[in-house]
This record gives sequence, structure tokens and C-alpha cells, in this order.
Amino acid sequence: MTEQTNLVPVVEEPGEKNTRRAFLAAAGAAGLAYTAALAYPIYRYLASPAEMAMNATAVTEVTLKDAQKLPAGSVLMFKFGTAPAMLIHHADGRWVGLTAVCTHLGCTVQYEPQADRIHCACHGGVYNPYTGANVSGPPPKPLKLFKVAVSDTGVDVSRA
Amino acid sequence: MTSKIVYNWIDERLGLSELAAFARHKTVPVHSQSFWYYWGGISLFLFLVQCFTGVLLLVYYRPGAEAYESVRQITFVMHFGWLIRSAHAWSASLMIFSILVHMFSVFFMKAYRKPREFGWLSGMALLGIASVFGFSGYLLPMDELSYFATKVGLEIPAAIPFIGPAIASMLRGGLDVSEFTVQRFFALHVVVLPAIFLPLLGFHLWLVQRHGNAAPPSVEALPPSERKSMPFMPNFLRKDLAMWLIALNILALLASVFPWSLGKQADSLVPAPAGIHPEWYFMSPFEMLKLLGMIKWLQGESGEIVGILLFTLGIALWILIPFYDNKKESGQRARAAHYFGLLAVILLLATTAIGYWTIR
Repeated sequence: MTEQTNLVPVVEEPGEKNTRRAFLAAAGAAGLAYTAALAYPIYRYLASPAEMAMNATAVTEVTLKDAQKLPAGSVLMFKFGTAPAMLIHHADGRWVGLTAVCTHLGCTVQYEPQADRIHCACHGGVYNPYTGANVSGPPPKPLKLFKVAVSDTGVDVSRA
Repeated sequence: MTSKIVYNWIDERLGLSELAAFARHKTVPVHSQSFWYYWGGISLFLFLVQCFTGVLLLVYYRPGAEAYESVRQITFVMHFGWLIRSAHAWSASLMIFSILVHMFSVFFMKAYRKPREFGWLSGMALLGIASVFGFSGYLLPMDELSYFATKVGLEIPAAIPFIGPAIASMLRGGLDVSEFTVQRFFALHVVVLPAIFLPLLGFHLWLVQRHGNAAPPSVEALPPSERKSMPFMPNFLRKDLAMWLIALNILALLASVFPWSLGKQADSLVPAPAGIHPEWYFMSPFEMLKLLGMIKWLQGESGEIVGILLFTLGIALWILIPFYDNKKESGQRARAAHYFGLLAVILLLATTAIGYWTIR
């Protein structure tokens, strides 16, 4: 335990410079590997919900039990994977399934039966409730349509 | 060049060069007992690990009625959640252990003497808060063990005459350990205790800078020319950091090889599991109270009170040591203090051993 400061100037042999460089490189690599070994579990831990959500978005079909009883002129909001979606039963009897996420900045849109339109309250975007086409306001793209199959027990909504 | 300009700009405003000059002149005594100087730093490092892993657990933990379910998710659903939780639990144990080593080394080096009384007092307060950290954190998973540990632990304040039951009910948030208890222990564990602990820790570390490391009396008796020291920067710091790295490796090994388990969800109708016992750092005080309760004339409720009183008296004597072992010359008092320390170590080890021995 008798340590003194090392004040003796280090005299390097010609070959010593290489071993020293090699040592520093190895130490640096070991340090990086160590840091990565610490950081990797932390990253995976924090990324867990995002990963689970990614798995959920891989869903291609959702069955809405008893949704065939939805009265005409009304809407059913549901989750397709993790994203909000809407099933509209129009007054004329047509069934339409759409994503409910505004293509402008991601707010959840609303079906308005009186005005016969889909409206986004955030920035006033308007969509066609039959095709999902962006009609007016800022939305740059239409809402995506789903395939809809109505049966006696429920409604199947699947990716088009 | 730019870095020089930036440094000067900041230096003029914050006085970095004064700090650098201070760091350059800081030295650490070198003698046969220098090894014990690392334990304060190790405790500090493990506390930082606690802050870091604690915040990570906070990302998914939900106090209240969902507490158990959220810890189950952390342990079994989130990637590496078991490891983060295990590291937090192991690091808590290691931190208490290293604080105890630090405390006893300070005690036997008589580093609590003038001018370091506040260092001793703040250190004792930090240890006290650390054990409350341990006690409150233990409940948060809300499994069988946490439920019964908290139930039993709160019987101690409940034994205080007159006001005890009210204090216990206040801490519990009701007459039994429930989701209200988890919720308030959570507030205590992540807000109240850190808010007290951090400034106190700052004070403790500032005192260490102000007074430097204390050398044991035998070294202090030497003439200055015979005392050895090493510069803090970079020699001691380098060794300090090496110790931190060793501590981190030991922690990583323990946390991954012996992952902290999660018991069944707490249920007041299910009897306590066989072999249930307190965490090792609470084993000794529990065993002491149990042994005191066994003495014939101490039996019954009044025995419990006498036990707590004796115990409190011992702790008070321990905390106040700088005020009655204050003479530089090693006289009778210094020797008495030394024996008191030895007695404390032996009591602690013996009661812990008996505690583990008699687990049924």
C-alpha cells in the first residue's frame, strides 16, 4: 500500500509503442463490449411495449362478436391491432370498415351521421364515409378501407 | 483552441479552475488500513445503481391494487425485467452491507472524533434512511413475503405505549396491510426518502471534502514526515473506480445467477409460508427483540416495551459516540469505545447467526 506518484518519465523502446497502442485498442474494445453488454438489456427492457405493439399490428383480421346487430346509421369503434378503427353501418345498409387514425397528425376521427361525413376535430379534416377519401382540410391521404364480412354471429374485419 | 476558449468562458463564470486546484491538492492517507477507505465510495456507487435501476422499474411499476400484477409483468413479460428487478434488490442488500462495513471502519478508526462529528451523525442518518428504503421497497411487489414482512415490521412501532397503534395505523393506511399501504410506501420510497436522502448525502460528501480522510489514531500519532499519502487525482480515484467496477461485476453476477424471486400474490387469508424470515439486515434487531422477549421477567407486553427501550438506548449510545469518546490521547474512554464496537459487531453477527439457525 505504499504508493507514490509516478513521476519517472516513461522512456519508450521503439517496439513498445506498438504494444502500448495494441493494449489501448484492446482496452477500448473491452470497454465498448462491456458498455454494450450493460446497455443491451436496458434497451430491450425499455423497448418491450413497442415490441409487443409491433406484434399486435401484425394482426390481419379482427372478429367483432355480435356487431351485426349494430343499428343502421351508427358506428362501432374498435381496435385493429393497436390502432383505432371504425365499423360504420350506413343508413342505406352498407357496411364500411376504416382505420380511424387521421392521416394528417394522427388524431382519432369521428363519424358524423347527420353530416354524412368523417370529421377530424383536431384540424378540421373531412373524409368520405364510404370510401375513406380525403375530401377537405389538411389530410394528405385517404383513410384505409378494410374488407368487411357480416355473418349471423358477428362481423369479420380484415386487411384489404 | 476552441476548447480552451470554451473552458475559459465557463471557468470565468463557474470557477472550474478552483475546483481543479482543489482536486489536485487532495490527498488520501496511505497506511495498513487504507483498504477501508473504499467502502464509502462503494456505498455511493451502489446508491447510484439504486437510483438508475429504480427509475427503470418505475417505468412499468404501478402502485396500489395493481402492484403485484405490474411486478409480475416486469419479471415475466418485459425483456430483461427480471434482471433489472434482481439488480435493484441485490444492490439494495449490497449497499446496506457496504454502508455497515463503512460504518464499522469509521468506528474503529475513530474517524468520528473532532472535527468529524457531523460526518458520523449524517452517516448514521443515511444508514437509518437506507433501512427505511429497504423496508418500504420490500412491500412494493406485494407478494406473500412483502405482505408478512410489512405486517410484522409495523408491530414494532405499534408496541410503543399509547401512541404506537395510531402511528402503525398511520403508516399502514388502515388496520391491515392493503393497497393503501403499498400506495403510501411507494410515495415514501420514490419521493419522500430520496428528497431527504439526497441533500443529506450531499452534506456527508461535502464534509469528506472539507475534512479529508481520517487516519487511525496510531497513524495520526506519527510525525508528519513518517505519514504517507497518495494524491486523490488520479491515483486514488483510479482505484476507487476499479472498486466500482468490481462492485458492478459482483452485482451483475449475483443478479443474473441468483435472480430475485417473486412469491404468490399477498392474501391475508393464506397463512404465512413456512420458514419466513426478515431480510438479513433486519435479522439481528428482530432476533435481539425476540431474545429479550424470552427473558422471564421481560415476558408479555411490558417485555416488548423494555426490549424496544433497551434497543433504542443501545442505538442512542452508538450514535452519540463522538461526544463521549472525544479525547485524542488513547485513554480508558477510547478503549471502552473500542470494546463497545467489538460488542456491537459480535452481537450483530451472533444474533444474525442465531436468527438463521432457528428458522423453522
